[in-house]
Amino acid sequence: MNIAVCIKQVPDSDKVTIDRETNRLNRAGVPSVINPFDENALELGLQLKDKYGGKVTVITMGPPQAEEALRECVSVGADEVILVTDRKFAGSDTWATSYTLSLAVQKAGDFDVVLFGKQAIDGDTAQVGPGVAYFMDIPVITYVKEAEKTDTGFKVKRVTEEGYQLWEVDGKAAFTVVKEANTMRLPSLKGKMRAKSATIITWGADDLGAEDAKIGLKGSPTIVKKVFSPPIKTNRETIQNEDPKQSVKELLGKLKERKLI
Amino acid sequence: MSNKEIWIFAEQREGVISLATLELLSEGQILAAKSGYTLCAVLLSADDSKILQELYNYGAKKVYSAVGPKLSYYQNDYYSKVVADLIIEKKPEIVLYGATSVGRSLAPTIAVMVNAGLTADCTELDFDTEQMLLLQTRPAFGGNIMATILCPNHRPQMSTVRPNVFKKNKLGDKEKGESVSVKVDLSKVKDRMRLLEETKEEVDAVDLCEAEFIVSGGRGVGSPEKFIVLQDLAKELGAAVGASRATVDAGWIAHFHQVGQTGKTVCPKVYIACGISGAIQHLAGMQSSDFIIAINKDPQANIFDVADIGVVGDLHDIVPELTSQIKALKK
Repeated sequence: MNIAVCIKQVPDSDKVTIDRETNRLNRAGVPSVINPFDENALELGLQLKDKYGGKVTVITMGPPQAEEALRECVSVGADEVILVTDRKFAGSDTWATSYTLSLAVQKAGDFDVVLFGKQAIDGDTAQVGPGVAYFMDIPVITYVKEAEKTDTGFKVKRVTEEGYQLWEVDGKAAFTVVKEANTMRLPSLKGKMRAKSATIITWGADDLGAEDAKIGLKGSPTIVKKVFSPPIKTNRETIQNEDPKQSVKELLGKLKERKLI
Repeated sequence: MSNKEIWIFAEQREGVISLATLELLSEGQILAAKSGYTLCAVLLSADDSKILQELYNYGAKKVYSAVGPKLSYYQNDYYSKVVADLIIEKKPEIVLYGATSVGRSLAPTIAVMVNAGLTADCTELDFDTEQMLLLQTRPAFGGNIMATILCPNHRPQMSTVRPNVFKKNKLGDKEKGESVSVKVDLSKVKDRMRLLEETKEEVDAVDLCEAEFIVSGGRGVGSPEKFIVLQDLAKELGAAVGASRATVDAGWIAHFHQVGQTGKTVCPKVYIACGISGAIQHLAGMQSSDFIIAINKDPQANIFDVADIGVVGDLHDIVPELTSQIKALKK
């Protein structure tokens, strides 16, 4: 099975703290990691390869330092890694990113399945997986927990608000993968060695034959008008008593005042 | 020229309109008043006879209704084709979708099909009457930063909007509206995916994303068995049960319940955080709740920074007491 996994490098949210004075993120010196949901996509790809044989290709679009994330993918078993990077891609929204990534995936090979994490934890949009699938003219199933190959395509379990759905897809497909799917395996010593010497294939806008009007800022219908900190709660009330009964009484009093119960 | 219309994608499951749709229609009434645009709904279903009136009651003046056996449930290829064709034909100014498992999958496909901008998971909408643009505000980086997004040069302007943010506003029981029948031609769409079966889990549990009250537990709960204390309170309040990542990772409760960056993002009217320290990843999933009550032994816990009321104390004392006092109140 020929498997593609699209990943994004994001700031490590475990290491991000909030400056309580300004209510802004302290991002300086924060290390970058593979987007957690993309780890689930990669692991699903590796499991499919374990089961059915084949090859896992990982593709990321980002700045040159995203190379680190790709090496990590090699350390756990990715066979080929591709970095899509170009100054021209700067300012891409999800539309332009979907277009650019779809060109890269198509250039990278003829894949049976293209996997994405459910969403990235920095932008939280969940829009790129479906976008890429449309540009590639393959069906997309979102929020996938399990996938298995069938004679004609795939059978997948999709998580919804209410439970699960079982879907059948013919032919090639794209899936976005949820956290419940799995936990990414740890790198082996051999994998770590391999990661160090792995070749990172690097493509820019010209390599992809990307149309200028569809990439970067120009290819992005949306623009960020302003960024601001969410309002801080300044009027918190604290209840502290020896007797829990008293605390609960006070709490209920305050809730009644506000007509919350 | 685009059509001066605001469209709400009317999401139905088994013939029932989602709460998110009704909330969006209600917010749509406000946007329609500000912009002077007409509020419309777009409905895809196998049978619209029981649904149309409800959409009128929440302010839709016009419902574009596509009816067909292939439209009974959300199937991305069919749904995106019908809505995209309609957008290209009618050219609405704005199209809004609930940020549900359906809306967040369908809208991104439509956005690339019709070459429109799409802003994900908005928590605030407004209309700039000078520039005649939709102002779409959303949390980013797990809610620690807010961003206002514009779509100046492409139409329609599209957003998915988080459920539970806007209040429902039903105008009446017999509101008038017009239904416009949409021709459905899916003959050119490849039949390449289908729903085989659907399993509804925890049927008696309240859905976290649509719950008005959530009782949520963290490491302070102490053990899997102790979640019953929270479940009892939840039962009294008609609340959903949430959990922090720590408790899910420890195997105390199913991931289904997890609130936070790698779990669900919720915004109930009241969120009761019990024994949750308030890691940034957890705050990301719940800090846009209307009202937050934190119960924690540690007065320095981060969770108190986002709380409206902080109760310093042991949840094992406070929560059962709260349950019994609420029970007493009901009598």
